[in-house]
Amino acid sequence: MTDVLDHLATERLAKPDKPRTWVRGTPDAAPTEARRSTSTIRAADVIRLLGCAAAAIGLTSWLFFFALPLQGELGFVLVSYGIFLLLFTMLTAFDENKPTVRDRVVAVIVQTLAFLLLLALFSVVVYTVGRGLGALGNLNFFTQDMGKAGPLDPLTEGGIIHAVAGTLIMITIALAISIPLGLLTAVFLSEFPSRYSRFVRTIVEAMTALPSIVAGLFIYATIIVTLGFNRSGFAASLAITVMMLPIIIRSADVVLRLVPGNLKEAARALGSSTWRTVWTVTLPTARSGLTTAIILGTARGIGETSPVLLTAGATTFLNLNPLSGPMTSLPLTTFTFVKSPELNMISRGFGTAAVLMVLVLILFAIARAIGGRGPGQLTSRQQRARTRASTDDDYRYRARELGIVKPARPNPFAGLARLMPRRKEPSS
Amino acid sequence: MAERTEILTLDPATGQDKPRTLSTKVDGPDAAFRWIARGGGTIVVTVMSLVGLFLLVQGFPALQSAGFEFVTTQSWDPNSFNFGIAAVLAGTFFIALTAIFFALPLALGTALYISEYAPIKIKSALVSIVDLMAAVPSIVYGLWGFFFLTPLVQPVSQWLTTYLGWFPLFAVEGFDAADPLTSPTVFAASTFIAGIVVALMVAPITSSIMREVFTQAPLGEREGALALGATRWGMIASVVLPFGRGGIIGGTMLGLGRALGETIAVFLIISPVFVIQPRILEKGANSISALIALRYSEASDFEISALMAAGLALFVITLIVNFGASTVIARSRSGSQSD
Repeated sequence: MTDVLDHLATERLAKPDKPRTWVRGTPDAAPTEARRSTSTIRAADVIRLLGCAAAAIGLTSWLFFFALPLQGELGFVLVSYGIFLLLFTMLTAFDENKPTVRDRVVAVIVQTLAFLLLLALFSVVVYTVGRGLGALGNLNFFTQDMGKAGPLDPLTEGGIIHAVAGTLIMITIALAISIPLGLLTAVFLSEFPSRYSRFVRTIVEAMTALPSIVAGLFIYATIIVTLGFNRSGFAASLAITVMMLPIIIRSADVVLRLVPGNLKEAARALGSSTWRTVWTVTLPTARSGLTTAIILGTARGIGETSPVLLTAGATTFLNLNPLSGPMTSLPLTTFTFVKSPELNMISRGFGTAAVLMVLVLILFAIARAIGGRGPGQLTSRQQRARTRASTDDDYRYRARELGIVKPARPNPFAGLARLMPRRKEPSS
Repeated sequence: MAERTEILTLDPATGQDKPRTLSTKVDGPDAAFRWIARGGGTIVVTVMSLVGLFLLVQGFPALQSAGFEFVTTQSWDPNSFNFGIAAVLAGTFFIALTAIFFALPLALGTALYISEYAPIKIKSALVSIVDLMAAVPSIVYGLWGFFFLTPLVQPVSQWLTTYLGWFPLFAVEGFDAADPLTSPTVFAASTFIAGIVVALMVAPITSSIMREVFTQAPLGEREGALALGATRWGMIASVVLPFGRGGIIGGTMLGLGRALGETIAVFLIISPVFVIQPRILEKGANSISALIALRYSEASDFEISALMAAGLALFVITLIVNFGASTVIARSRSGSQSD
């Protein structure tokens, strides 16, 4: 063994400039090592794709303009895509075997479908903002209501402040009800497993299927028809709450169940009660996930039109009192705007929809920023704070063991502290 | 609230094992917390059950008066006691099935792309974008469908009915391809367009469920397939899709549930008709939720009751579809942990 190693060592020392491995059969000529490409994209594939695309577009243009009586932009795209697929399959089949052809064609189809979905989203966003620009460009769009502006007025008159205010008021009330109730129920579902809690979970899951219009109809039939109240912002918030609550509970329940059991067990082993465990361990650990659940629920609640349509009543005036008088929200205002045949009103509708979409986008971005982490995963800042606290604790324990008394910080509440009974330090 | 555990210990007096009882006493704030949490759950259950109960109670007079004809009558005229949900129910399903027809390939393709094809760098961004798409308000999709998509789709509809009109689904009454004066407006406000828009709304949720299940397909078997020389599609077809079958079915059903209940986008696009209209390219469609949005405002008490009954029918259908979906998804997840 050693002599082999020695031999190798001397050989390496003897020819330090020669490559260590080389292909058999080329004993002396030092081979040039080319880096092997690990890329999954091959030049031939790219060329084939581009060629097929060009051929498909050319052939479709010919079909559309000379050969067949076809028309329409969408038709052009569809036909040329069909031809492209056909050409691509044929061309690949010239060079490759059957499984490879299938693989290539499926890859093209899958990527097209994904691209199509993203393109649709992109076009929804761009089209809405683009057509709303006319209205969004005027500052009065954000500062006035539609009380004095008629359908024929130019875009420099009237705005959607009433809808913005209405949306904010409604969602605030809905959140004020659904956050405490939703989190409490989620805690109940995850911390007190019993036959009853399973029943509650089933009902909540069933209710996530509730179509939003039925939630609106329920509030309309109870609060407005049966109890005889007028349509108001409060009724609309209740309808939104009924719709949002199951969504929040279900996602919060999922997040709470992801909290690692050993954290909770550690808390229980240290003698903490259920309540302390939930309050100091479970909820803080799941905080980011819970926030995400609430924000996504909010995004759904803000965007729903149908419950508000049935319960809020539409108004063109700014109304800040949710308990009396009709109120409107952003989606509902969009809806009433675009029902009008006037171009200016439609432009206002698109402007309102753009504002709504931006609002949802912001909420979504916040949710992503907070909720990208699972329970217990900390940001680097939180991590540093934890480490600092832990070091402090360690220092304190050691100091106590060694009998070092920490120099007392000047206590701003010293006078108050003297009135209260001192907590006894356990002597070690 | 005492929970008891029995532990056997050696009793030194008798030399025998004797049961020792341990008891947990829940007292003070803990007991209060327990009851408050239970109370919260109870409130939620009460409210949620009230919704179902109220729909049933309020809808009962209408159901009683119409009897079985409630599901067979096509017209909607509760004030002369001639009403039923046959037309709107069929319309709801036509729209939802059209939506699923488009949403299924879109969602499947996107899910496969994100889980199997996308470069790692853009994967999480794509996931966010698809989730964002699910959060875009439905009214925005409605606007897009009404103003942007309708003129784009009309020529396609016209082409379909001209060349495939012999197929009953694509037939359009009152359109004659040979007559240059026929207006293309017969193709606006159709089930087809509403279906495409709803497809875009349900594709993201369907896709994210499929993607979740696909990513859970066991790594060992994926690598095994690749090591045996499978192409990427070969690996997907033999490992990912079989493991993700539950997710595909469940996600599609969940999407179907969403599609059935969709209101405002459909309401904005369609022009309501009260007959069963299976010619999906033709102007005129309807759905239960659109019916409610259309008729609630000037409804008499009895018509409200009839609308409640229609709402109840819709709710029951979405409930069945959703429960089916969650059962299928749950079962698929437990099955995928086999390696």
